[in-house]
Amino acid sequence: MAMLHTVNKSPFERNSFDSCLSHAKAGSSILLFEDGIYAVVKGSSASGKIQKASGVSIYALGPDLKARGIGEDQIIGGVTVVDYGGFVDLVTRHDSVQSWL
Amino acid sequence: MSEIKKFLYVNRKAPYGTVYALESLEVVLIGAAFDQDVSLAFIDDGVFQLAKGQKTTDIGMKNFSPTYSALGDYEVKKIYVEKESLEERGLTPDNLLHLTYEDEDEDYAEKDSIQFVSRAELSDIMDQQDVVPSF
Repeated sequence: MAMLHTVNKSPFERNSFDSCLSHAKAGSSILLFEDGIYAVVKGSSASGKIQKASGVSIYALGPDLKARGIGEDQIIGGVTVVDYGGFVDLVTRHDSVQSWL
Repeated sequence: MSEIKKFLYVNRKAPYGTVYALESLEVVLIGAAFDQDVSLAFIDDGVFQLAKGQKTTDIGMKNFSPTYSALGDYEVKKIYVEKESLEERGLTPDNLLHLTYEDEDEDYAEKDSIQFVSRAELSDIMDQQDVVPSF
């Protein structure tokens, strides 16, 4: 069962991202959006945790990166940036969705 | 005539995810009309408020980041950004807006409003205030 996890809270303010990362199984995906996108900023304490997680695909919502002034040159490698259509595709491609609020 | 008080507005939230950042900015601009000694601190996720290059058209929200540039015109000249908070979030001073004010004592020379301070320095700054509204 491939699961899509979504996180929309800042990794520095809540533990949603940490908890999600420690529960996500290999083969699952994590989509970061709204304040969740701050987890992919290169050099941040949160992005180091992503780089240690293996077998989990990481996605970030482009419009939320752009709104917050986070350029694609500022994010870690291995992250796929998607738009709203890509968000919908991810939902349909996975068996279930878990929202980490 | 009431005494001038020292106000430090402490900003700890990222923009857009919650309404705190925008509300704080509005309160600061309203408060600036009252001739008090106003300064702003950006710590924790608040440092994200000052990120440059914010473009919000695709999320359908108002980009209020250009308003920070108007603070100098409202006599808000002291903006403290905590170094540790920036570093923990993978940001450098180059990632932030360049905010300035005109110094009337020095022939309106343009000066930087943002001062990068350590956590210890900021705790001293907080300690010197009369009023500390926190957002």
